[in-house]
Amino acid sequence: MHKRSLIKRDLVRNRHIYLMLVPVLVYYGIFHYGPMYGLLIAFKDYGMADGVWGSPWVGLTHFQNFFENPYFWRLLRNTLTISLYELLFAFPAPIILALLLNELRVVMFKRVVQTISYLPHFISIVVVAGMMVDFFARDGLINSIVSFFGYEPIAFWQESGWFRSLYVSSGIWQGIGWGSIIYLAAMSSIDPTLYDAARIDGAGRWKQTLNITIPGIMPTIVILFILNVGSMLAVGSEKIILLYNPLTYETADVISTYVYRKGILGADFGYSAAVGLFNSVISFILLILANTISKRVSEHKLW
Amino acid sequence: MTYKRSTGEKVFACFNVCFMILLCFATLYPFIYILFASLSNPAEIASYRGLLFLPQGFSLDAYKAVIENPMVMTGYRNTLLYVVGGTLINLFMTTLGAYALSRPHVYFKNHIMLVIVITMVFSGGLIPSFLLINNLGMLNTPWALLLPGAINSFNLIIMRTAFQSIPVSLEESARIDGANDWTIMTRIIIPLSMPVIAVMILWYAVGHWNSYFNALIYLRDRELFPLQLVLREILISNSTDNMMTGAATGDRMDIGITIKYATIIVSTLPILVLYPFLQKYFVHGVMIGALKE
Repeated sequence: MHKRSLIKRDLVRNRHIYLMLVPVLVYYGIFHYGPMYGLLIAFKDYGMADGVWGSPWVGLTHFQNFFENPYFWRLLRNTLTISLYELLFAFPAPIILALLLNELRVVMFKRVVQTISYLPHFISIVVVAGMMVDFFARDGLINSIVSFFGYEPIAFWQESGWFRSLYVSSGIWQGIGWGSIIYLAAMSSIDPTLYDAARIDGAGRWKQTLNITIPGIMPTIVILFILNVGSMLAVGSEKIILLYNPLTYETADVISTYVYRKGILGADFGYSAAVGLFNSVISFILLILANTISKRVSEHKLW
Repeated sequence: MTYKRSTGEKVFACFNVCFMILLCFATLYPFIYILFASLSNPAEIASYRGLLFLPQGFSLDAYKAVIENPMVMTGYRNTLLYVVGGTLINLFMTTLGAYALSRPHVYFKNHIMLVIVITMVFSGGLIPSFLLINNLGMLNTPWALLLPGAINSFNLIIMRTAFQSIPVSLEESARIDGANDWTIMTRIIIPLSMPVIAVMILWYAVGHWNSYFNALIYLRDRELFPLQLVLREILISNSTDNMMTGAATGDRMDIGITIKYATIIVSTLPILVLYPFLQKYFVHGVMIGALKE
């Protein structure tokens, strides 16, 4: 009784706050939890007319079809290799850049380099992909340099062997500067007296980097690494569908692009929703695994 | 404070500076190349090989073709509408959520935060989202680009943190004078949080300017296409044909190339021009986010 009157008083006094929350909750309900509910169609034979609830259940048929699909292994392999390339090359690149930027003595120069290196982050992927397609075309800029050195021009976009390198390296070009900001922020929060003490002990820049800077940014590195492992299967389709073509499907077709072709272009909704769900579930398992391993090994963790 | 550097460190410093100069060159050169190529004479650039350090000849024909192209101009207009409309919706919704959840005494506040954080980890994915938009009747309407991303949860959390850091004493006197939460938000909290709001405006606006994927999925009507989708057709699908109707057949291929470059410049120009002035705000935002973590 007493509690109820308290709630009533709170509802009256804070009515504006609760009113403000209404559109926010409605938004999350419709646009975030709506699609989660819609995932039910992964277990159904979805028909537009029947709706999500009315369509008949089919159990795990869609998943079974996907696992038996001749392209299943190719999709899984491509998704994992592209992510692995990114973990090996694109993940360390901003860390190395941040460490190198940290060694620059002239503040003005450092600021100019930073400003320039952030720029590609703000260019749309359509433009980046368009520039890549053009520069690496058979008669493009890169091939004119290749033939200047006396080699045969390379058909970069027709040979599947090149796709992963082009995809990952253009990602590094676009993201290296922006990615370094978070590490520079972590470096700026390292206690400067540590460096003074090391200098008195006779440690040079290299020793200082190795023993103070890198341990100082380790928590940030580990957390971002865990997040990266968690998104390994989530290789985005946005950039790949701009760059790939049937000739390079052999290495370029990943799970998300397959979902796009089957679902959006092919209107096979139940099946492609199931493929998407498979992707998310494996991603989530990877995230938990990475976090658990990191907790055991390094004591750094996401949660 | 002077500190004597060893020879190894001096050599390293030298290499480091060289590396940074190389990095800047690799970052900027693609844009410089495209700018010069777009200003070049189409026939000369078509037969040109190798790096470009000045325009080959000079011609503004490509820019004329781009500006006269109805698709590019419609795309530009649509993108401006989506950027302005979308960012206004983003700001309104994000501020409401951030303010309400930054207040100390709200029932179920932690539950609501959990509801929000869950969506940062789990999502329905592409197909259920598409079907939802379809069922809501928003397919092939601008709403499909404006509403689904109305709140970026990460931004909401950054904004909430900023609101929480404003001392309570500032609003207490207003409350004694009878101000309600709406007044406190619009008259006290928002004016005091302009730096963070500027960051939000920039992030949301750039996001809208650059996004193409939602438009690709949700829009069919070419009259609604944003600039990025028009760009995709021109750059990736190689369809400059409809822009070259005026050109004689022999020049068709040639001018096609410069049209591509001119389109890139025209569509990226606003960002390239505004970028140097705005970049400190962008970085400021990342710092706020990083401190939160």
